[in-house]
Amino acid sequence: MTLSADRLSYSYSGPRNHVRQGPPEGGHYDGAEFALRDVSVSVAPGSLTGLLGPNGCGKTTLLKLLAGVLKPELGSVRLKERELRVLSARAIAQQIAVVPQETHPAFEFTVLEMVLMGRHPHLGAFQLEGPDDLAIAREALVATGTAHLASRSYTTLSGGEKQRVVIASALAQKPKVLLLDEPTASLDLGYQLEIASLLKELNRERRVTMVLATHDLNLAASLCDTLVLLREGHVLMQGPTNEVLTSATVQQLYGVIADVSFHERAGHVTVIPVRRQ
Amino acid sequence: MSPPARVAASARQVPAQVRELPAIRPIRTRLAITIAGFGALALAACLLTPLLGSTRISLTRAFDRSIPFADNVDAQIFFVARLPRVLSGALVGAALATAGVVFQALLRNPLATPFTLGVSAGASLGAMLVLIFGISIGFGPFSAVPLASFAGAAVATAIVYRLATPYRRAMSTAVLLLAGVTLNSFFSALIMFVQYIADFAQAYRASRWLMGDLDVGSYQPIIAAVPLVAVAFAMFAMLPAALNVLSLGPDAAATRGVDVVRAQRLAFFSASLATSAAVSLAGPIGFVGIVVPHLVRLMVGVDHRIVLPASALFGAAFLVVCDLGARTLLAPVELPVGVLTAMIGGPFFLWLLVRRA
Repeated sequence: MTLSADRLSYSYSGPRNHVRQGPPEGGHYDGAEFALRDVSVSVAPGSLTGLLGPNGCGKTTLLKLLAGVLKPELGSVRLKERELRVLSARAIAQQIAVVPQETHPAFEFTVLEMVLMGRHPHLGAFQLEGPDDLAIAREALVATGTAHLASRSYTTLSGGEKQRVVIASALAQKPKVLLLDEPTASLDLGYQLEIASLLKELNRERRVTMVLATHDLNLAASLCDTLVLLREGHVLMQGPTNEVLTSATVQQLYGVIADVSFHERAGHVTVIPVRRQ
Repeated sequence: MSPPARVAASARQVPAQVRELPAIRPIRTRLAITIAGFGALALAACLLTPLLGSTRISLTRAFDRSIPFADNVDAQIFFVARLPRVLSGALVGAALATAGVVFQALLRNPLATPFTLGVSAGASLGAMLVLIFGISIGFGPFSAVPLASFAGAAVATAIVYRLATPYRRAMSTAVLLLAGVTLNSFFSALIMFVQYIADFAQAYRASRWLMGDLDVGSYQPIIAAVPLVAVAFAMFAMLPAALNVLSLGPDAAATRGVDVVRAQRLAFFSASLATSAAVSLAGPIGFVGIVVPHLVRLMVGVDHRIVLPASALFGAAFLVVCDLGARTLLAPVELPVGVLTAMIGGPFFLWLLVRRA
């Protein structure tokens, strides 16, 4: 198992945070304010796993726990049988890269500088990037179709270009596992398909294991071999996409009546929402 | 792309896009060019400005050891009046400029200055108490005013740190900013109170100190400040790559292998230390800490591995030149340099900003 979560629980107003900070706005420490409760997920090497669920179900929290950014209060995350808790941020970053929903740098970095930041976990404390790092960055730029933007300022790019640059930055980390948080959320249809085919290619050709949180059921159906359904902080169901993605589960998850059927021309299951339950 | 690289590229059948990549100067070369350029500027400023001033001096006479120092007016002007000002200007300019860079990256806010988090207000309050109540304690090379202002800065730093650091988690930049701004106002109110109850002469001395002045009078306070700034700079040396990644946000930094809590703590304490040392030496000289980082970014880009050393050198040159203006523009009257930094730096900065847009 490449990456696995074992009985994770996490609350933003948890005992540790509660003592020093008090509960967050609107949160109740004594109530059942757990963002995640007893979640176990296993991600096979080379797989492309989709994380589905309504807003606030804990997708982003789970991704942050899998990336080691948040530390679980109960349970553990393991990367190749080693607990994430005992690894340094640097050691984790050499294996796991994350593409967040949005990235807002405070300064006007160029695209190349953004991509080269992906080399950070591979460089020593006082080491500057060398020709090898530059070659890896260029390869990542080419793979994401952003090479022509290399000397542009990141902040001047369109949403789709930004997202591809952030993916390039994650690729420059040479990760074994790539975690993506709604990578296509702000993109138009053309870019959505482009990112989808890019991810598929990276997964197939470079054997990058991926976990993808998304609201786009059709994207998940076309890309993912495995799905994890999250609701109110716990796992509703997990398994192969074709078994898990049905009109029954869509109704359970979102409270929406939907037609779920195999689409010949698309070559995968498609979901057509009909009405709210 | 150079011809051999083109051949290599076509031989490996690299996609057409690779050929679109612009030639990019490696970071090593950029760093070397930047340090050489800004280093030459700082060196020139430090070597030339002691020669200039309201009184013309002869360098040969100043260094002529056959004349006793007491009779050698040129030597007295050079070594007593001018050189300490130039050296303290270089030290304070470098410290404030780099502290500004680090605070801007830590707070992810281009409007941050070394004084944003209340360090200088704490330092000022400390200095005010000594100036107005006429306390004269001190030990070693430290005299009462710098000692008290350094202590005030340390207290302010400790308060802000305590407020903004939840247990084992990343600092909240929003809490840092709010705590700093509030502490600034609180200390300013105390300063006004202390000034109000003081008599006229004391209040005048206090308000002069608050303008910031490099006329430190001797080498003693400089020697006291050098080790503090040196420690801060040694800590800065560990930061630039982490600051780059931190300016994407704490989560993004963590997923690129930065120990966020450690890096933030290091940035906060090193920048606070540099600011405290600078303010206790020369008072709160404004504008250097915000404008020099921005000027440097406009010239060399935003990579902190280049911006940080360049700001140290450019900050030193900038403040030394501003102080030359302060000494000479209204000669024989000498202005406090804090009055001039914004008057010279402001229009220059606006010009660069407009020219770029």
